[in-house]
Amino acid sequence: MKRRDFIRMSSYGVAGTAALSGVTTDWFGLYGNRTVNPGTDGEQVVPSFCELCFWKCGILAHVKDGRVTKIKGNPKDPLSQGHLCPRGAGGTGILYDPDRLKKPMVRRDMRGSQEFEEVSWDAALNEVAENFERIKTRYGPEALALFSHGYGGNWMKHLFHAYGSPNIAAPSYAQCRGPRDVGFDLTYGWGVGSPERTDIKNSRCLVLIGSHLGENMHNTQVQEFAEAIRNGAKVITVDPRFSIAASKSVEWMPIKPGTDIALLLAWMNVIIGEGLYDRDYVEAYGYGFEQLQAHVQPYTPEWAYTRTGLDPDPIRRTARIMAAERPATLVHPGRHVTWYGNDTQRSRAIALLNALLGSWGRKGGFFVPSAMDIPPYEYPGYLDHEAQVADRPDPSAYPLADQVLAQGVCDATIPSGIGDSRIKGWMVYGSNLPTTLPNPEQTYRAIQELDFLVTVDILPAEIVGWSDVVLPEATYLERCDEVFAPPWRTPYVAVRQEVVPPMYDSKPGWWIARELGHRVGLPDFFPWQDSVEYAKTRVEAAGLDCDVLQRDGVIVGEQGPIYFEEGAAPVFWTDSGKIEFYSQKLAAQGFDPMPTWHDEEAEDPPQGYYRLLFGRSPVHTFGRTTNNRLLSEVMDENGVWVNRKIAQRWGLTSGDRVYLQNQDGVRSTFSAPVKVTDRIHPDAVYVVHGYGRKAKKLRQVYGKGIDDAELITRFKTDPIMGGTGMNVNFVTFLRAEDVEETSAAGSSLESEGQEEEVMAGLVSPAGRKGVAV
Amino acid sequence: MSDVRFGMAIDTRTCVGCAACVIGCKTENATAPEFSRDWIYTLLEGEYPDVRMTIRSERCNHCEDAPCVTVCPTGSSHYGPGGTVQVNPDKCSGCKACITACPYDARHIDPRSGAADKCTFCMHRLESGITTTSCQEICPTQSIYFGDLNDPDSKISRALATREAYVLKPDAGTSPKHFYLK
Repeated sequence: MKRRDFIRMSSYGVAGTAALSGVTTDWFGLYGNRTVNPGTDGEQVVPSFCELCFWKCGILAHVKDGRVTKIKGNPKDPLSQGHLCPRGAGGTGILYDPDRLKKPMVRRDMRGSQEFEEVSWDAALNEVAENFERIKTRYGPEALALFSHGYGGNWMKHLFHAYGSPNIAAPSYAQCRGPRDVGFDLTYGWGVGSPERTDIKNSRCLVLIGSHLGENMHNTQVQEFAEAIRNGAKVITVDPRFSIAASKSVEWMPIKPGTDIALLLAWMNVIIGEGLYDRDYVEAYGYGFEQLQAHVQPYTPEWAYTRTGLDPDPIRRTARIMAAERPATLVHPGRHVTWYGNDTQRSRAIALLNALLGSWGRKGGFFVPSAMDIPPYEYPGYLDHEAQVADRPDPSAYPLADQVLAQGVCDATIPSGIGDSRIKGWMVYGSNLPTTLPNPEQTYRAIQELDFLVTVDILPAEIVGWSDVVLPEATYLERCDEVFAPPWRTPYVAVRQEVVPPMYDSKPGWWIARELGHRVGLPDFFPWQDSVEYAKTRVEAAGLDCDVLQRDGVIVGEQGPIYFEEGAAPVFWTDSGKIEFYSQKLAAQGFDPMPTWHDEEAEDPPQGYYRLLFGRSPVHTFGRTTNNRLLSEVMDENGVWVNRKIAQRWGLTSGDRVYLQNQDGVRSTFSAPVKVTDRIHPDAVYVVHGYGRKAKKLRQVYGKGIDDAELITRFKTDPIMGGTGMNVNFVTFLRAEDVEETSAAGSSLESEGQEEEVMAGLVSPAGRKGVAV
Repeated sequence: MSDVRFGMAIDTRTCVGCAACVIGCKTENATAPEFSRDWIYTLLEGEYPDVRMTIRSERCNHCEDAPCVTVCPTGSSHYGPGGTVQVNPDKCSGCKACITACPYDARHIDPRSGAADKCTFCMHRLESGITTTSCQEICPTQSIYFGDLNDPDSKISRALATREAYVLKPDAGTSPKHFYLK
């Protein structure tokens, strides 16, 4: 960062500009005490974009003496706008994590034993390539699946397309955003994308349903959330937990978990019943409004009260606030929405409520984004994938899934009653499946069935311990990646650059993919020498100046109209070409064409049990950052949030350590301290996701707190698109001293016992390598 | 210039307590592991479901009448440029009198130097002409105001003039220059 002349202090009105510079010199000159300069300003400042989460904020990385000293926001970047969340500021914590994977490794012992031999890259890559070739020859390319999370995964996806497997899965779909995107697509013919096209900063009324902005730190959204509050926007938060966002709200609606659809229907009942909806908008763009009008008539606030536990008055009051501020009312679509298995319908209900308020395509609602046109790199063309995606039990299941279902691919790895497994090998890129997919026991079973498992990762996460070959990747600060040109208010392109060379013997993902591509006979798909050449080719094909991009980190284009009222085209890629209040597509597939309340979908916790909810901490991106020592200074363990009255009933006080045990008798491997609080519904407990880690080589986080994922033995699959609803587990408390006493007396912990059993039986059917299966 | 009086204010309406300020400070100032010069305080009042929460990003208050300066036997703790409170580590004996005297728990001993350590309002940045503190610069919600309290047109002065604000422990009589906007 350039030193600015002190005269710029005039922006704070320090003194008259004319007098300032001289006085300034005197001021500091006369100051007899030494000012300590920590010396963290970089000799070089390299622009790039972040990967502490997946928002991809522009950063400026300061480098001094070959070390990254600090990371700031890039003011030119449309997403960070010069500011960062704590994770982005703490990126050096991953770069300099002493637990990083340092060398390629090959397993020499049972799967899961975490015993590896360090080998050369050549040996490791040859082994991966041999297994890829063997699987292709024996079973076809589709028997190899990729699980991927993170932007570097694009190189692996490319490798898999070239190799010929359609089984390219990301848990970010069916375990996270998928139902939302399908629900909005069914309604508007568009998803909301990432970064989401939410015009939060211009909202006059922002409705958050379980969406915990401020704890979920997607930077631009949080920046705009604050801006909206500064501008006097009314925030309405629906959450069983008094979230940070709830604390900023005019109304907090502590809904009974699992009943959101009832509330959404009641809101629509009020808004339509009282004639508060946007008639012109609905008439111009809507399809099937009359059906919706009739449909929501029985769903009065009084009716909703009996399901949600929310008084009719606040339901009416909030509906009227939403209507009063429309169309600048944004009912936020959320992001992690795989909660109860009816999530596509809940997302549909949110989409419909927005449509009634006329907020889609309108200022303060959802803007119409545009992306910079960066032509793709020209390859000879991917092979046609003849094979079916192996992610569902039969081809008719989950008919509206439009991406591969990670859970389904995992299931297809386990031989079924009717035949052999369809998936024989996995590559796992940056995705710790045992904490990402529900029911980790099922994931471990699948892993046992695999002929071959290779992981590309930065840290020795749990999945790494189960791998046959481990390829240590360079962090985002040590590699150039695919360019990033997302749809946004302003079209732009950002570049990820190598800030410092890869440490240890780690290699960037592009290099790994390219080396593997060459080894499996696909050199035509990797004609570029490195990712810089690749990125340059694309950027120059777009007619942009690569030097500018490398210097600034971003090139920002011209903003066109982003609202209908500014001239953005109201285009809806639905069957009717309109906003579908009534979905023919859903009706044709035998689903409710409009969101409908089904009493049997709501479930009360059994006596003495509480619904297990999980979410985010602002300083962590789930398990990806919980080993980051810098961020761990702020939070190094999760706690179990328990409603104060419930805690009193159990005799629990804050700090008491408990294990959680779920309805299926599965007990958490580790304990966590109780947080007694008035911030949570008495029916629920809450933990931050990403703790209770079992990988011993994650020395910072190992054994700290509770892993919610291992307690998610039950999940409800969304019949529409295969999302795994995970908020359907109930847990009870076991005092740590009681558990640890019994385990000392010889009765082992259930989950730990199970894990040991799994590990003991975990010799791969093929042996470690090369043996015919 | 002697008229400059640096102050800070936190907009508690928009601060989400994310701790970007903490990590931003730690990396800018290369503070010792496990020690930080700023921190997040939250207070919950009321009973479920009628609760209110206060969130504050806190640090040294750079008091006008700073007990840490008064008690410092070596002159290490002193009033620095712009009315800030600073520590000169060269003069610090590590006696911890200032740590005891500070009503705000804003100080610690840096285990590397053995000297008292705390927020400097990023004096090294101000000296080099950068007009923001690192916490202010990083803050994603732009909830941190910093500037000259003596200048009625500065953003912080305008905010303090138009909005209700408070200081911590006013009874301690320290006259903090760190404010919280309601």
